[in-house]
Parts: sequence; C-alpha cells; structure tokens
Amino acid sequence: MLEYAPAPSPEEIREVVAPLAELEGPLLPMLHAIQEVWGHVPQAAVPVLADLLNLGRAEVHGVISFYHDFRDHPAGRRVLKICRAEACQAVGGAAVAQSVLDRLGLDWHGTTPDGALTVEPVYCLGLCACGPAAMLDGRVIGRVDADRIEAELKTGDVEARA
Amino acid sequence: MKDFIIPQFPPGDERDMGTPARNGAPVSLTIDGFEVVVPEGTSVMRAAFEAGIEVPKLCASDNMEAYGSCRLCVVEIEGRRGTPASCTTPVTEGMIVHTQSAKVRKIRKGVMELYVSDHPLDCLTCAANGDCELQDAAGQVGLRDVRYTPGDNHFDPKGIGARSQSEARLREGPGNPQFIPKDDSNPYFTYDPSKCIVCSRCVRACEEVQGTFALTIEGRGFDSRVSAGAAADNFLTSDCVSCGACVQACPTATLQEKSVAELGTPTRSVITTCAYCGVGCSFKAEMNGDTLVRMVPWKNGKANRGHSCVKGRFAYGYAAHKDRILSPMIRDTIDEPWREVSWDEALSFAATRMKGIQQKHGRRSVGVITSSRCTNEETYLVQKLTRAVFGNNNTDTCARVCHSPTGYGLGKTFGTSAGTQDFDSVEHTDVVLIIGANPTDGHPVFASRLKKRLRAGAKLIVVDPRRTDIVRSAHVEAQYHLPLRPGTNVAVVSAMAHVIVTEGLMDEAYIRDRCDWDEFQHYAEFISDPRHAPEATEALTGVPASDLRAAARLFATGGNGAIYYGLGVTEHSQGSTTVMSIANLAMLTGNIGRPGVGVNPLRGQNNVQGACDMGSFPHELPGYRHVKLPDVRAIFEKAWGVEIDPEPGLRIPNMLDAAVEGTFRGLYCQGEDILQSDPDTHHVAAGLKAMECVIVHDLFLNETANYAHVFLPGSSFLEKDGTFTNAERRINRVRKVMQPRNGYEDWEVTQMLANAMGAGWHYTHPAQIMDEIAATTPSFAGVTYELLEEKGSVQWPCNEAAPEGTPLMHVDGFMSGKGHFMITEYVATDERTGPRFPLLLTTGRILSQYNVGAQTRRTENTVWHDQDVLEIHPHDAEVRGINDGDWVRLASRAGETTLMVQLTDRVAPGVVYTTFHHPATQANVVTTDFSDWATNCPEYKVTAVQVSPSNGPSDWQERYNEQAERSRRILSAAE
Repeated sequence: MLEYAPAPSPEEIREVVAPLAELEGPLLPMLHAIQEVWGHVPQAAVPVLADLLNLGRAEVHGVISFYHDFRDHPAGRRVLKICRAEACQAVGGAAVAQSVLDRLGLDWHGTTPDGALTVEPVYCLGLCACGPAAMLDGRVIGRVDADRIEAELKTGDVEARA
Repeated sequence: MKDFIIPQFPPGDERDMGTPARNGAPVSLTIDGFEVVVPEGTSVMRAAFEAGIEVPKLCASDNMEAYGSCRLCVVEIEGRRGTPASCTTPVTEGMIVHTQSAKVRKIRKGVMELYVSDHPLDCLTCAANGDCELQDAAGQVGLRDVRYTPGDNHFDPKGIGARSQSEARLREGPGNPQFIPKDDSNPYFTYDPSKCIVCSRCVRACEEVQGTFALTIEGRGFDSRVSAGAAADNFLTSDCVSCGACVQACPTATLQEKSVAELGTPTRSVITTCAYCGVGCSFKAEMNGDTLVRMVPWKNGKANRGHSCVKGRFAYGYAAHKDRILSPMIRDTIDEPWREVSWDEALSFAATRMKGIQQKHGRRSVGVITSSRCTNEETYLVQKLTRAVFGNNNTDTCARVCHSPTGYGLGKTFGTSAGTQDFDSVEHTDVVLIIGANPTDGHPVFASRLKKRLRAGAKLIVVDPRRTDIVRSAHVEAQYHLPLRPGTNVAVVSAMAHVIVTEGLMDEAYIRDRCDWDEFQHYAEFISDPRHAPEATEALTGVPASDLRAAARLFATGGNGAIYYGLGVTEHSQGSTTVMSIANLAMLTGNIGRPGVGVNPLRGQNNVQGACDMGSFPHELPGYRHVKLPDVRAIFEKAWGVEIDPEPGLRIPNMLDAAVEGTFRGLYCQGEDILQSDPDTHHVAAGLKAMECVIVHDLFLNETANYAHVFLPGSSFLEKDGTFTNAERRINRVRKVMQPRNGYEDWEVTQMLANAMGAGWHYTHPAQIMDEIAATTPSFAGVTYELLEEKGSVQWPCNEAAPEGTPLMHVDGFMSGKGHFMITEYVATDERTGPRFPLLLTTGRILSQYNVGAQTRRTENTVWHDQDVLEIHPHDAEVRGINDGDWVRLASRAGETTLMVQLTDRVAPGVVYTTFHHPATQANVVTTDFSDWATNCPEYKVTAVQVSPSNGPSDWQERYNEQAERSRRILSAAE
C-alpha cells in the first residue's frame, strides 16, 4: 500500500468538481472526477462536497464508503480487477485469482511494494460468456488464466515504459 | 420509541403506531377478521395498530417514514403474492390481511434468528434490559433457539466464537477486526456498534425528525455500521447536536443514555414541561424512586410533538449540582461572608429590613423582579407581593430586556401581546420570514419542525446580520438572506412594505375587511414615499436592493406567509417600531388569522410569556390591564382586600437609577440574574450596591447575589407544581417529580416572605393560585388544573368564548376590532460607530448554552461551549493583526472586557458577534444603556466597539472576579 497520498487543497477539489454542479444528482460524477484526478477520494473532499451540495458530511461519507470502487488512498500505477462473480467462479475464476495473488504475493486490495500494481476484486464485468474475466487499467480481458494475466502485466509494463 | 416499559399515562395514547398518521378519505379493510377504517395512505401496519393488533417490527417508528428494511412486519394479504412488509404497504379498500399465519410466523422467526446471530446474548447485564425492542420482538415471534454457529460477527471483541460479551471477557483470542469499540465521546450517551442491528432508525431520526443529517450508514452489506460524521469523526466531532432523537429512536442499547447505564431503567414517569426556552417542550421525567433517570420528550406534547434538544433532554444536571445552595443565608453588609441561618431567621431578617426601609423612605422605596423561569403561579404571587403587601407597583421582569417591545407593538396593532399561531401552524406555511432570530440555536425544537417544512418545499427569507445555520445547512437553504447592518431593522422591513405597496402586491380585500381603511391609506401614503425604497436605503442597511425587492415579492405572492422573529428585532432603540412594522407587513399581505401565517415572536425563556401575562410589568395588572383603570384595580382590590396604588411603578432601569439616587432601597429578585443579563453592568452593580436590602431567591449564588443581603434558596422545575406558558400562549403543567431539595417550592417561599411582612396568605397548592388568576383575569377565566389534566394543555384566551383555548388568534377579526397600521419612521440609534469604535457588536445565544448560563454552565453542555467567543470577519481581524484563537480586548464607550476570537465570514465585515453565557466574560460590561423608546428594552444588539489584541483579562475582569469570590464566602452555621 502506498503510504504517501497527495493531499489536494479544498480549492483544488472545488475546481475539479465545480463544472459538474449543474448535473442532476451530481455527487457520484463529482466523486468519479476526484478519483480520476487524484487516484482516490481524499478525506479532504468530504467537507468540500458537503458544503457545495449542501449535504451533511455523514451523507457524503455514506455514499463514498458504500462504493468499494472509491479508494481512500491511491492505488498502484496499474490496477488489475479480477471477477469473482458467480459465472466466472463457475469456470474456475477463483483458482485463477488465487494463483495470480500468490504469484504477486498480494491479498485482495493489495499493492506491490514498488507501487506498480494493485489487485482488486470485481463482481461481474458483464463478460460472463468468456469467463474467467479480468480488467487491466480499464481494458477487459476474457478467458484469462494466471499465465495470460502475467503476460498482460509484462506487456503493459513495456508499454508503460515506452 | 423505547417507551414500552412505562405504564401508559393519560391523557393520550403513547403507543408507537409504526408509521406516521395520514389524512385522507376513509378506507375500510379487514385485519385478522376485524374491520378497520383508516385514512387513505395509511400503512397496513398502522391500520393493524389502530385495531389493537400489534405487528412485530424493528425498523418502523411512527415519527418517521416507513423504511421496509427489517422484514419482521411481513403479513399475508389475500389475493396478493408473497408476504409484503406491512409498514410499506398502503391499505386499499376491502383488503383482507392476516398478521399471523404459519407462513409469516416462520419467516419472522427466521429473520429474528439472523438478527440475533449477530447480537450479543448479554440481555441481563445490558443497559437496555427491559427497554429493548429487539428483546420484545424476539419474545413476540417466539424465538427459542439460534442455530447458527458463531462466525463473522460484530460483537465478540476477542474473536473466540463467544455468544456474549461477558463470555468473551473470560478468554483471550486472536481479536476481531469487525468489532468496533464503544464511542463515549458524547457526554450524555454512548454508541455501541456491537449491539447495532442497522435498522437505520437513528439515521432517519437525525434526518427526518431533527434535520441535522449528522448520521449515516457507512459501508455496505455485512460491513454496514452507523457512522456519525465522516470517517475520522466520532459523535462529538460530527455535526451531531445531541438532540437525543437517535437515542430515543434506537430499539436496542446501541445508542443509550449514560444515565440509564448508570442508574438502571426507570420505573415511573411524570409528565412535565421543560424549563429552558420558550418552545415549552413536554417531557416525561422518568424516575427511579426520587432519582431522575432521564428526560424523554413526550409524544403527545403539543409544542414539541415528541422531539427535544440537548438542553431539555440532557442538561438537567444543574438541579443536583454541588453549587446549589440549600440553606437560607443572610449578612449585614455585602463585604461580610454569608451566614447560614434558619428559614425563620432569614425571612424575619428580610421582612424587618424591608419594613424598615419603607418606614424610612416611603412605601415606594422597595420592589420586586419576577422571574421568567418560575411558574405563572409563582410570578403572580411575586407581583401580588409588591402590589398587595409592599403597597406599590414596583414590579418588573426580564421581559423588560427581551420582549417588552413585542407587548407594546402587537398590542398597538393587533390588540394583544402574543404570538398569533401555534407551532403546528408552520406545517401549513409556504413562505417563512425570519427576522432577528436564530431558531436552530435559540429554539431548536421549533427549528426542526421548521426545517422539515422547508425540506418539503416552503421558501425561506432570513433577515439577520449573521449567516445563521438556518440560512444554509444540510438540505435547507434560504432563498434570500438579507444581511443588514445591526440597527437598521425598521428600514429593511419598511422597504419590504414599500415594495409591496408600490407594486400593488398587497391584499386589498383583506385590508378593507379586517383593518382600519383610513389608517391604511395614511400608512400607504407614508410607506410609498421614495425615501423608503430599497434603493434609497441600501447604503444605510447594506442590503442589496434587488434582493430585498425579490424577497418582498416572494413574501407577498408566495402563499401562506409566516413571520417568526426574535430578540434581534426587539433589543434595539427602535424595537417597538420594528414589531409594529412586522405587524404592518403581515396585515398588508393578509397573513393573519388562519393556519400557516401569522406573527410569531420566539420567546426566549420558558415562561416569559407567562410572566408578562401575570402582571409583572409596573403599569399592568395580570392580563395586560393598566393599573390606572379603577375598574381593573377594583377586581384585585376586592380579591386581595387591599387598596392598590394607581400609579405605575418603576421599571428595572428606573429602579437602578433610583437606587443610585437613594430613593429605591430594597429589592426582592426571584430567579433572575440582572447583574449578568442586564446592560451596562457597571450601572447595575452601582445600583445594587446602593441598596440596603437585596433579597436574591435563586438556585445558585448568582452574580446578582454578590450584592445581596438575603439569599433564599430556590427550587428547580423538577421540584414544584405549577404552569409555564410558552411562545404559542400554551399553558403547560409543570409537575413535581421530587421533593424540593431546599425544603420549599418557590411559591411557598414568596408566601412565607409575604406572611413575615404580615400578609396572611394561605395557599396550600398552586391550583388555588391559578383559581385566583382565573377569577381575576378574563383571558385565563376558563383555566383550571382539572382542565389542564384533561386536555394536557390549553392556549389562552381560555374563557367562556373559547372554553378549550385558542390555537389561532384573530381568526374572524382582530382582538382590537380592526387591525391598526402604524407609521414606522426609521430613526437611527444614537449608538454610532466612529473612529474610536468602528465595529458594531451584536449579541446572541448558542445551542448548548442558555441565557446567563446559570443552568447550562453547570452541566456537561460546557463540552460544546466553555467560554464566550467573539466572531469577527477575517478582513477586520487582519487589519488589527488578530489571528484565530487570539485573546482580544473588546471595548465600547461603556466598558471593556476580554475574550477569545474566532475568524469567520458568518459575520459581515464591520460586524462582530458574541454570546453572554459566561460571567467571566460579562459581555454586558460592553453594552450601552440605550434602549427602546417605548419600553426601555435595552439595545443589546447594537454597540459600537473596537477590538484589539490583548494579553489576558482586563483590570475590570480581575477586580470583578476578586469581588465575586469575596462576596461568595459562606460561614457554616456552627461558626
């Protein structure tokens, strides 16, 4: 896990979310925008959003904590999500996931010590026909096994370096 | 609500009906074979309760909307598939419901079993034992076993698979990451997540009942827990205002009063009335023997409808505080220490001195100050003491310094000196205009009802120099906040009236029908003058003309418009003028005489309305009748067997002036601390010092007692019988829940003092005093204790014309016949800013503290506010080199004090704000002796001041504290 989390100022957060204020139900889009920019939703965002939308701080916290996708600290540079939903489990997804975690020496939500990769569970990517499924940096991959994932991770690394 | 253990108390049914009542066309259905008729929109659950059939439930309570999460209330409905939750299913015509069947019994048992699988089996040692809805529900559904083996759970701190926390205590284990320890940060209650069943009742109570939105459910699924504030918060650091609604809503011991944990569940309860603000909430004082265990808002209380605030709910500990004085004390001079003496000695000492003063200086050389915290009956006796025994009219009360302009202003325009509505009226309001009031701090229970209405869509206009919480807080936002410069109320309200009249937005039909048309035309001509236009007064008031115009249009055209105002209106040199201009505004727009409208003064103290009604003013006998009228005097002369002085007596400021001159020498002051609460402390101190006999009758050695010669210990509201009258004219019973710790109720002490002076009074119960009030005062003619027992409460006027009281006034016409428009010329106060004193100080109150703080400072409420703090705009602070948290000197032409500073943009540049709850600050050293032209109500809200950095307390504060300490010495009786 990364110890260091950049702490944006209230003004910076306000600047990022202000264009979304006119949307109907703007809280979720705002949280996504914040996570997009800082890689997580810092605690400092809670009072800013509460003030902007005239909500209780608790309400904002309730929404953030309801969605596992919103992180309270930044993830690694790359994020791998492995599906743990029923259809993927039925075609051996659980074993694939365990094997990947073992090779990386991580548990769910863990980040490699060099900050390169975070592995997270996901419950259905809508790719049930070609399970086991995974998603790497927002790109879905079907019919994965541990080797395929390892290979994808390497390619990506090269791409990332290039 | 957790009120099952207490036997029912008449009048009124206190059962929790599960879901709120509805209004609608009658619908008839059959439940378990019984036919029930309920209004359309009612839930099946409530219909069942109406029929006397209890459906087991956990997440439902009738003070919040149905939620449908616990699945315990499932029923079978013929012709419908499945087992719908009865709380979320509305009734339909001809519906046939079965609340008990093999199928639902099985479901309920299964649901209960799951609940209990994550709940510790510590019932016998639990603080909610006997007062737990989970326990009740488990009993109702007949749960006999929990078949699940211990697995993931929230209650076992050791992670050893224990079924109870007492078992877990015996052994060590690997620990349990799901276990969250108790949060005891709030001084009055604890939050124990290990007992939580996540029914969301606390979260919903905080949102729907209180309107603070301080709680949420964090996480999802099995991880869901109640959370106060955000991740790093606890209850104390969250937005929680400690109103107690969540604790009351909690079906288990998850949110539990610390007092119940310590003292056990109560065994009896007495219904009484809160002794804090003018809302006058009804409470159940829940007792174990003569020990008060907790105060719970009473569901059938018509002012509060089952809600409470931190003061009434929790801050009652002052009654048992060690500072409370229980023995009478006397001293010859104020330099001496106090001597504890017997009641007889203290009373004869006091009587001898008062008689001696009258012999030497005349019968008008002594007087009384009645208390707005004591009962109607006690206040009535104190003014009777001065009128019938002292033989003069020297009586005044703290309303002098708060709502005397209301009496004057509403008397002139409407013909009565009181608010026109009941609190329920707010539920029919479309536009709320708040002027100079801070309801979320000063009148929190009313504020909650108001916020509920605002969330339902009513519009809000706030006229206040500060951005108070009601201007903007979670889910509530004022359409217009008009941040006027302190002292320009009349100009702002007149400008609104100008807009309404010149744009033709007034309700002409109403004015022609209800008001004096000639007076209106005269007024219309006056107010139409361009000098009242918002554009003309903008420079003076600081309120943007466009906002003011828009606000005026909204108020005139937005439907039912209700005006609520507070001391920000009255405590000005033009307080009475502002009250009249508010009344003009209401009459102009036709907003008097039906639900949802009206002019509503938010009275500061619990019985300030009653104290005024009871003839506390020097010119008025009970019922606001002038003392110069021979026919009015005749009524009391006959009842009391004495001759009444036809000359009005002295007001408080006049008493003090006369004391300094040497013509006023003796004062009996009941339950009021004029030294701290009245303006220009130096002058008050000089007046008191000059007197020969100051009798203070109070719970504590207050600041005034530093200058007293006789101290008579008082009784708290828990220790006496009587009545309080709240801001909606509602006469509520105060009931004795324990014997007076000082030995006598306050009315008994006044009677003993009167008798020591030879009066020969023989009251044995306050009911007899009320009978005397009813016999002499037309607006109370129908009030008896029997009626109050029967109805719970009544609103005056209560007489032959209105035997059950009067919720709304001026319905078919004004009390004075026609409504009178008054000319309201703006006259600037003499208190002006200048180079030496460039800032304007305004004062107010805060939620956790009350008035001079004599009560709340002696409770754990000091956790929230342990000293008075000066609010200043960052710009004003910067140019003075002041930082947040600095110690500053606050100086005016009258005096100076020092206190801590807080930088905030709640106040506009040029305005500073503080509270007056703490004697160490003595904010009133700074306030001036300018006052309302009509009533002498002091101008607390406007003082020209300067703020500068300081190192510590001022010389005056040090001298004062030294004197206070010296004068509080007590020699024990043995010495």
